[in-house]
Amino acid sequence: MDVAGSGPSDQPDTAGASPVLELRHATKSFGAVRALVDGSVELRPGEVHALLGENGAGKSTLVKILAGVHQPDDGTLTVGGQEVTLHGPAAARAAGIAVIYQEPTLFPDLTVAENMFVGRQPLRADTGAKGDRRIDRRAMHDEAAAIFQRLGVPLDPARPARGLSIADQQVVEIGKALSLNARVIVMDEPTAALSAAEVDRLFEVIRTLQAQDAAILFISHRLEEVFAICTRVTVMRDGAHVLTSDLAGLTAGDLVRAMVGRELAERPPEAAGAQPGEPVLTVERLTREGVFTDISFTVRSGEIVALSGLVGAGRSEVARAVFGIDRYDAGQVTVSGRPLKKASPTSAMAAGIGFVPEDRRQQGLVMDMSVQQNVALASLARLSQGGLIRASAERAMATDWGARLKIKYGRLTDPVSMLSGGNQQKVVLAKWLGRKPSLLIVDEPTRGIDVGTKAEVHHLLIELARSGVGILMISSELPEVLGVSDRILVMREGALVAEFSHAQASEEVVVSAAMGQQDDLQEGMPR
Amino acid sequence: MSAATLPDSEQRASGAADASLAERVFRIRESGILAVLIVFVGVTTAVQHRFLDTANIQFMLVDTTTFALLALGETLVVISRNVDLSVGSVVGLSAYLSADLFVGHPGIPIPVVFLAGLGIGLACGVVNGFMVAIGRVPSLVVTLATLYIIRGIDILIVGGNEVDASSLPNAFLDIPKDTIGGIPDIAIAVALIIAIGAYYLRTFRSGRDLYAIGSNPDAARLAGLPVGRRVFTAFAVSGAIAGVAGVLWSAQYGTINSTAGTGYELQVVSAVVVGGVAIFGGSGSVTGAAIGALLLTTISSALYVLGISSFWDQAIWGFLLLVAIALDQTITERLTNALRSRKPGSRKPGSARPGFRKPGARKPAIESPGTTHE
Repeated sequence: MDVAGSGPSDQPDTAGASPVLELRHATKSFGAVRALVDGSVELRPGEVHALLGENGAGKSTLVKILAGVHQPDDGTLTVGGQEVTLHGPAAARAAGIAVIYQEPTLFPDLTVAENMFVGRQPLRADTGAKGDRRIDRRAMHDEAAAIFQRLGVPLDPARPARGLSIADQQVVEIGKALSLNARVIVMDEPTAALSAAEVDRLFEVIRTLQAQDAAILFISHRLEEVFAICTRVTVMRDGAHVLTSDLAGLTAGDLVRAMVGRELAERPPEAAGAQPGEPVLTVERLTREGVFTDISFTVRSGEIVALSGLVGAGRSEVARAVFGIDRYDAGQVTVSGRPLKKASPTSAMAAGIGFVPEDRRQQGLVMDMSVQQNVALASLARLSQGGLIRASAERAMATDWGARLKIKYGRLTDPVSMLSGGNQQKVVLAKWLGRKPSLLIVDEPTRGIDVGTKAEVHHLLIELARSGVGILMISSELPEVLGVSDRILVMREGALVAEFSHAQASEEVVVSAAMGQQDDLQEGMPR
Repeated sequence: MSAATLPDSEQRASGAADASLAERVFRIRESGILAVLIVFVGVTTAVQHRFLDTANIQFMLVDTTTFALLALGETLVVISRNVDLSVGSVVGLSAYLSADLFVGHPGIPIPVVFLAGLGIGLACGVVNGFMVAIGRVPSLVVTLATLYIIRGIDILIVGGNEVDASSLPNAFLDIPKDTIGGIPDIAIAVALIIAIGAYYLRTFRSGRDLYAIGSNPDAARLAGLPVGRRVFTAFAVSGAIAGVAGVLWSAQYGTINSTAGTGYELQVVSAVVVGGVAIFGGSGSVTGAAIGALLLTTISSALYVLGISSFWDQAIWGFLLLVAIALDQTITERLTNALRSRKPGSRKPGSARPGFRKPGARKPAIESPGTTHE
């Protein structure tokens, strides 16, 4: 990972340039909720500008104002020296603003080239044939290919977007922005779902754009990325602008303080450090054809074991197989001494495993159900009598766990979709903790969660381990892996390639193992 | 420019090969039902030689025309991830009102009657389109409601009346019977209209917009596409086509009462789905839908010729629907996997993951149509 390798110092000096975009004192309310109190940001050509803030700080609203999706209640937006009002996404596009959302918004059934040019495909009329409103497919593909060439990414313009990796989908979105001659490119958490190698490639693309004088607004929860790629930073808190400054001279601590408005007690958290007990999970030679091979490891009670590696190395797949969501072809999973039935989440749950999945919105929660119902979901048998769920028991359980995990909610009957990402994740945790699991599998427990809540989740995991629960954690965030876990297992291309104790582990050795560059690091090998 | 550095011919060749991957899917779907059609015709003919008589072929083609026309309109709507269930009622209303024009105004020119039918259908389509596109009511609900409302209006107007062939001019009743070189005129006309529709959907921005909207409605809105206008137009066109189909219906059957076209909507949706148009939008073609219509008509006709109860007709239609949908899923899955494994060479040589295979990659692909974000 290219962490802080190229500091702000070797970035071009943009201090003198006049801003290409300026949003001043924008406000936006949705009903009684004031999402944006003072949205202000200033972008200069050729700069990569970080926009930081906890979830709920108003970043998304600000982005949607720039995208023309929301219209501000008040405030001014100036683009290229002209005050503009963006009535819709098309107007933003015309003003030269392109937005790349966290989850790329492509059309899976259309080709890559069509995705870039949708609604404004080159026409035959553009090249002579007067009044010919037919699409010039050839010109479209050529233009797309030229843009990918410029970005240095050889994507095939004629293939359908279906099946593209998230990283490639983002490249298509960036290509779209380029084809629009966008002067301002907003990237909303572009790295959230990328592996380290893909992040590096994205950064190269961003530097290319920067060299071509585009202004880039870069939103990320990962501070090391901000320091690696950005020149200036704007921090927001509670819907308002807190600071805008050159990054040079600022520390991660400064930024975190600005974001949360308080000192964080611990960051990153310490490892559990408790004395591990008996093995709760033993995985022996687990194999699934073409996905992972010969995976063996144990998790003992009171121990946090991290499963690390690049996105796509097979980490989540192993976890899913252990929990019984996916089948496996060979091997054995043993929980607290008893062999576990294959491919049966029910028996995994009965054996005391809890599973917090990677995608909390799709897999962890039922978004339309209430906070209370979601918390109770895995404990319904305990909460019901004669086949009927006792609402009072459900409420008592939700209230109890809500208080214990400090979940912030309006009412227990509110749909869980109304909570912030961090609080949603706490609901998922509460759901499983209610079953008093002996082993908890957590997949990307803090993805898309703001800094403050992230620390709370970390503490929670450590406390759980101290109380004797074994925890298997999958995480793509190295500081999290290094900070929280007692042992780190590294997977690469479907195989377990290294194991490190908390003391042995460092960012360098884990990344090297994950990327297969460990010739001089044999000491960590398990076999 | 990478394109410019490639020899021209080579570039065209590779472009064609790539494009085919997407288009092959349509072709797989279309040729699939075409194969079923051929097998069906072959088997039936082997048992009952009369099946391929000129008269029977003509009969089947005429029978298919109204159906294929409706499938064309329905395809536009379904591609945009909507559905129009009101077409059967529109056919009924337009069939009666247009036939009644001949009763009320003897000697009225036939083109005027077609225009009237088109107008009636357009009005219905505009109502549907307005409620779906501007009122943002799900199309399933809107058109289910107008299915009943339009049928209700039809019954109010028609009552127990009936227009029969004796009050219709012969020139009108001959429309389905006229042939050029043995092929019914209207079959040729409808084939032309379908060809134009197919070409339009492939080569014009507004046509591609429909695919984009059906493929990912949220993204379409974010891309600044005129989603409401396009969906509205799709419903208006579907309605207008149903109006014209209604006029053809009365020419074909001659006897029109308040039940004309009842149940047609589900047959049309079936034809569209059997023809390979994804029920959740984004892919499929007008040609496929038309072949689907031809297949369903052929099956009815074959069962009739073979003397099999028409109960089997419906059972087989239902079965084909299931097969079509299962096939659709399989093809989409296969395609997604094929495309995933086809690494576009996007990794630099010597990058961290040379030839890295995503084991059972679950996440990265665009899988479900409903991408959401807040």
